[in-house]
Amino acid sequence: MPNKPERPCRITLGDDGPLLVEGPVEITGPDGSVAVSDRFVVAVCMCRRSRMYPWCDTSHRRRARPGERHDTAD
Amino acid sequence: MSPRRTGPSLPRPRGVLSAGVIGYLRDDGAPPDPGAAGGADPYGDDLQLALYVCYELHYRGFDGVRPELEWDPPLLAVRAALEERFLTALRHDAPVTASLDDVLDGLLLEPVRGSGVSWFLEDRGELRHLRDYAMQRSLYHLKEADPHAWVLPRLHGRAKAGMAAIEYDEFGAGRADRVHAQLFAGLMADLGLDTAYGRYLDEGSAPMLTLVNQMSLFGLHRRLRGALVGHFAAVEITSSPASRRLAHAMKRTGAGPAAEYFYTEHVEADAVHEQVVRRDVIGGLLDDEPGLAADIAFGIIATSFLEDRLGERLLADWRA
Repeated sequence: MPNKPERPCRITLGDDGPLLVEGPVEITGPDGSVAVSDRFVVAVCMCRRSRMYPWCDTSHRRRARPGERHDTAD
Repeated sequence: MSPRRTGPSLPRPRGVLSAGVIGYLRDDGAPPDPGAAGGADPYGDDLQLALYVCYELHYRGFDGVRPELEWDPPLLAVRAALEERFLTALRHDAPVTASLDDVLDGLLLEPVRGSGVSWFLEDRGELRHLRDYAMQRSLYHLKEADPHAWVLPRLHGRAKAGMAAIEYDEFGAGRADRVHAQLFAGLMADLGLDTAYGRYLDEGSAPMLTLVNQMSLFGLHRRLRGALVGHFAAVEITSSPASRRLAHAMKRTGAGPAAEYFYTEHVEADAVHEQVVRRDVIGGLLDDEPGLAADIAFGIIATSFLEDRLGERLLADWRA
């Protein structure tokens, strides 16, 4: 029987960067590993450079020459 | 029997303005003359502490201070003078000279190599540096996302929905043990710090007070809603890569699992928040109010300016 959600899961594509999927999300990797996130939106890595694959860690960003910007966490 | 404590202790004054405000909150004398703010260093210890204390009445207040003082007209007159001095300086020092798109693009460029605080801590931070850093940041992180909640009634439609969704995530998505401020308390405990709200206000440097005051200033004034959104975007966009470096620092020094988790959670969460804040919050706000683009850019530039000042101060202390 097909799933019948109340409404479809929304997936947002951008020009670059991750695929945005409404959570919760469960992703099975090629090796059978399972990653689960219950965040309201999940950012799935598309560039494959993420160090926390399958989740985006902003590694897709363009690189700038050495310099400094501020850094913080929120 | 001692009376029940209702908030953190009042801090030690750092000059005439802060002494005047703190004395007034203790019901010990008149508030300072609002005109005195005009001659004070806008980013200095005295003005910033006085302003911080005024703003704290809108968060948790202070032990022994009457809650009615939050809306006390003479105190609000002083606060307005302090804010005017601060905001005028900030607009002068963080001029908007590029389009919002260019300002955002600049923030999205990740340097191959940097020299800021997170780079220092990742490379050679010791536990004492991490403790210092956490002590300073606790002034914000123990009320993480609180100043930004004030913007919600000023947003509508897509911008409101996006902002509320991010704030829901910041506030633990319905689970108290996941509230980001609570996760930061866990980090502090791992580092052997006191997790009590407001405990390290006396240790807070002027640049740290300035940064938190900027959030309160932008959050409390509807006319600064664009700047608040820009500030929030700047924090969310720059957080992920810096949090990865800080997570490495916590792991390398064996700071503890909660300390490491605070930053790994922010790598993942803020990679999402950044997307939502750009698409929905900024995008939605500009659809509603295109005239706010320059204010959003100002919020971003001002945040970078104040973060850089804090970073320079921390690095100077550590290299001394």
